Amino acid sequence: MKARHKRLAFIGVGLAGLAIIAALLLNVFNSNMVFFFSPTDVKEGKAPVDREFRLGGLVEEGSLSREDDGLTVNFNVTDGAETIRVTYTGILPDLFREGQGVVAQGKLEGGVFMASEVLAKHDENYMPPEVAEALEKGKARAAQQSGAGGVAQ
Amino acid sequence: MQLFSKAFWLQFSSPKAFYPFAGKLIPWFTALAAVFAVVGLYLSFFVAPTDYQQGESYRIMFIHVPAAWMSMFIYLVMCIYAGLGLVLNTRLSNMMAAALAPTGAMFTFLALWTGALWGKPTWGTYWVWDARLTSELILLFLYFGYIALQAAIDDPQRAARASGLLAIVGVINIPIIYFSVQWWNTLHQGASVTVTQAPTMAATMFAAMIVMTLAFWMYTIAVALVRVRQLILERERHAAWVLELAEAEK
Repeated sequence: MKARHKRLAFIGVGLAGLAIIAALLLNVFNSNMVFFFSPTDVKEGKAPVDREFRLGGLVEEGSLSREDDGLTVNFNVTDGAETIRVTYTGILPDLFREGQGVVAQGKLEGGVFMASEVLAKHDENYMPPEVAEALEKGKARAAQQSGAGGVAQ
Repeated sequence: MQLFSKAFWLQFSSPKAFYPFAGKLIPWFTALAAVFAVVGLYLSFFVAPTDYQQGESYRIMFIHVPAAWMSMFIYLVMCIYAGLGLVLNTRLSNMMAAALAPTGAMFTFLALWTGALWGKPTWGTYWVWDARLTSELILLFLYFGYIALQAAIDDPQRAARASGLLAIVGVINIPIIYFSVQWWNTLHQGASVTVTQAPTMAATMFAAMIVMTLAFWMYTIAVALVRVRQLILERERHAAWVLELAEAEK
């Protein structure tokens, strides 16, 4: 074995060892690496009860309502399976809208999530508005057809 | 066949042979970078359509994503050079690794900075401590550590060995950055462009991003070559050919 082969082996083994250590560490810290909890996590009791945490999911369609002061909003955050009611007083980010992703920081009080900060989470899809509109129409038509099919059966 | 002989390739590992060769390449890569940048910026601002959700603010992506890609890619290339330098004891590999670091650090900073500027109007905040943003910040510190360690040790060989090891240990961070958005819940969205799937963006947006990436890539090669030529002159200053070159310049 030449000296340079030894050095190569040393680096190779070192890197492999490091990768294993990193994988183990990240596995251990997995719960701390999570930026937010989904409504399902919360219902399963994975989120902290007595202190602040972040709740993430989609703003449920049709659930957004404003109170008379104009600043307080109520909406539901859902992950498809579970839903949690959120109350927030303050300015919402521009991208906040129904059906969009959202991450709220706050505390659960009697089943309602009292948010102190609301951030919008957008997805990785970028397209011109016409395409988005066409997609939306296509989806509606597909839903209608499957609905009609269901009735026929 | 010249291209297949070992001797042909080995000559480029000699600083003396590489110095004039790099000098010849620099104008080409500079020109390519300029052309790609002009085309890429034109596509970014005038051809790519307005986004259905974010309006015009998404256009910062054409700087942000290529910068983030380059920040990770340059680190990998730097590690390969550092590894070659450690294993084969080739001085030129160490010089190439050192020459790439400042550009890598610059792109990392650019990715973080444009990300902050993009985050404010879309997410509602400049910064959050999620896995993607935090690991990219660690990358910036790795670059700084590499550059600082290199500068702290006077003997180039020892400096290269110490900083090379640091760079290679830090390479663990690259897959963590890349996969962070898949492994954990993050505020940062997932990847729009991957090797395995069609990009989740309009074709002209994708084209603009790729051309901008090429511009950044060519720029990186050009400045790395300029920097490596400086390093060659500095570290080989006692070699006969450098003295001759200096004599001829007078």
